[in-house]
Amino acid sequence: MIRTQEKNSGAAAGFFQQHWLWMVMVLLLCIVPFILPRIFTSRFALSLLNQMGIAIIFALSYNMLLGQGGMLSFGHAAYFGMGGFIAMHAMGRMYAGTLPLPLELLPIVGGLGGLFFGIVFGWLSTARAGVPFALISLGIGELIAASSLMIPAFFGGEEGISHNRMVQMTMTGFRYGRDIEVYYLIVCWMLVSMLLMYLLTKTPLGRLANAVRDNPERAPFLGYDTRTVRTYQFSLAAFFAGIAGGLFAINYEIITAEAVGAVTSANVLIMAYIGGLGHFFGPILGAILVTVMQIYLAGITHAWLLYLGLVFVAMVLWAPNGLAGLIMMHQPFWKAGLMHKLLIPYTRALATGLVMFAGVMIQIEIAFHLSLSINPSLPMSVMGISFSAYSPTAWILSIVLIIIGFFLFRPAVRNVGRRWQDTMASIGKGGAQ
Amino acid sequence: MLEYIVFSLLNSLLYGMLLFMLSSGLTLIFSMMGVLNFAHASFFMLGAYFAYQISQFVGFWPALIVAPLVVGGIGALVERYGLRHVHQYGHVAELLFTVGLAFIIEEVVNLVWGRNPVDYRVPQALDFALFSMFGSNVAAYRVFMLVVAVGMFAVLYMVLSRTRIGLIIQAALTHPDGVSALGHNVPAVFMLVFGGGSALAGLAGVIGGNYLITDPSMAMTLGPIVFVVIVVGGMGSITGAFVAAMLLAAIQTFAIGIQYALSDLFAMIGFQPDTTGIFRDLWRIQISHTGPILPFLFMVVVLIFRPKGLMGKRES
Repeated sequence: MIRTQEKNSGAAAGFFQQHWLWMVMVLLLCIVPFILPRIFTSRFALSLLNQMGIAIIFALSYNMLLGQGGMLSFGHAAYFGMGGFIAMHAMGRMYAGTLPLPLELLPIVGGLGGLFFGIVFGWLSTARAGVPFALISLGIGELIAASSLMIPAFFGGEEGISHNRMVQMTMTGFRYGRDIEVYYLIVCWMLVSMLLMYLLTKTPLGRLANAVRDNPERAPFLGYDTRTVRTYQFSLAAFFAGIAGGLFAINYEIITAEAVGAVTSANVLIMAYIGGLGHFFGPILGAILVTVMQIYLAGITHAWLLYLGLVFVAMVLWAPNGLAGLIMMHQPFWKAGLMHKLLIPYTRALATGLVMFAGVMIQIEIAFHLSLSINPSLPMSVMGISFSAYSPTAWILSIVLIIIGFFLFRPAVRNVGRRWQDTMASIGKGGAQ
Repeated sequence: MLEYIVFSLLNSLLYGMLLFMLSSGLTLIFSMMGVLNFAHASFFMLGAYFAYQISQFVGFWPALIVAPLVVGGIGALVERYGLRHVHQYGHVAELLFTVGLAFIIEEVVNLVWGRNPVDYRVPQALDFALFSMFGSNVAAYRVFMLVVAVGMFAVLYMVLSRTRIGLIIQAALTHPDGVSALGHNVPAVFMLVFGGGSALAGLAGVIGGNYLITDPSMAMTLGPIVFVVIVVGGMGSITGAFVAAMLLAAIQTFAIGIQYALSDLFAMIGFQPDTTGIFRDLWRIQISHTGPILPFLFMVVVLIFRPKGLMGKRES
């Protein structure tokens, strides 16, 4: 009883915090469409932002499953992709003039497509959560991915299907010939979807999803069917994934079987997890970070997937609440004005960690250069420094960096832990741990 | 027709044994630690690559012994320094850790051996036709694979049921606290089982790598099918894994030779389906082309109607 009361008062205090953060975020996102396109005129920045917007909706919809509903899905791309394909077919009809629908509403078509498959497969797979659910979702995902190459009339076979987005009917006067117009469309849909998904967490359904996630034995005793709750949550998540798929169709004007595949499913899982599942804004951070990595890092190095994997595993091992969890951990220090006490230990840990990472990075880049480049004896460059992959200096330097970094990093991390506890203790007995 | 049946049976026996070698380790790990190891097929891939590398230097036979041991060692290290740490966050975190691990192993294999298949060949001593049936030769290596798989099964069975360490493992499966109270080091047993399961996967990689193709995508293609095997067989049941592996292999192998499509079925009852529109392909798909989806279809059906699998004792 006492515990419940404590939780309630904590939730009330936390609600304001969350609310405040949320409002700042909406404000920021409202300003971004007016400022950023003025700074970046290149198409590159726009396509980055477009991809980010789609990824944010997709990652948030994934969080409805794993974060809010406790359902670890390995096949969420199925609903994204099916929504995308259905939207693409609809776009073809709209372009031909046989389907009277403005382009702005096309994502709803994708969403409804996702919803349809979400209801069908959701009902089939949500009888149990946990590992059985994960396996069924993997099976359904693989099923759809494998059948995508068998039904070329719908999925377009190897080359996918493509249609022109410059349809006759629009609501705004935009013709969507320019990327900037698509950008505004994506931002609008992103804000609407974000708001809806946020409000969903406040509805009885959202609360029930949390209850079913945390205590699937108790929820039925209160009169709620866990499977029904999970199916609703799953279908709605599929709906938003479908909206993201519809926006994908509009943005790229082409969609291939890759969109329903395992790589897309793994991607959204990584995005949501790195960002942090416990907080609503976590997947947004994750989507932004992973998209930036996808675009910038993939241009710099072949090994970017390895770095992404390392970041993911590091998160699973040491920060299971993701980036959002790391940020929220500092809330009590921030409130107490004690952040500066952590600054020095953090800088030390970061600097030594970077030394170690630099060594690892040189090793990885050399190995990739040796195994993948056409002529390994050509000079390679890391961070603008050009050298030969066979040069002993580089090898020795990287190994020395790894060893030095490792032996300095460990005490630095321990120091962070100590300072952390000291500061926590100095906040007082009532410290919000 | 007889030829088709005999060769399909032989092929499905071979493929089934390979699947079983992979799934036995996985199901052992699962029943013991409750961890569904997504990186299991990655250990299989590592086994194949290590065997390739070792056989470059000292030949196939030392590789047959050394490569599984190295893979087993890596598995034990993963358990000791990774999984044991993640254990405190629950099963989902463990699952995600192994997913990330599979991701990293694939990229490391890319990094070391490149993206193209490596030339990992059947050893010369076994590269001949053992006998011929219906005018087709049966390679000696296939028979060797069968012998290794059956031998592995026998050894595994004997170790688990006849030795002291096997008894401790079996006891730790159901009563870890009791075993611990008797003075056995249960975490060390877990490490041993994880390492042993990985070594089995590595062994499957050594003998399967040159039968299939050794390339960085082999873990991704085989991994989901191994999951299907242990889910269909019933999680934690080694006999179930055996039955399911054989069943799935037979389904996939026999489907390849069947040319019928849905439209043929409808034609038999005198119904001509609509051959235009978005779903026109559905009627034309031949059973021989459905190979990739059959295991997953089978798994979804089993999970819906018999969630504990063919021979499982519990649901999750």
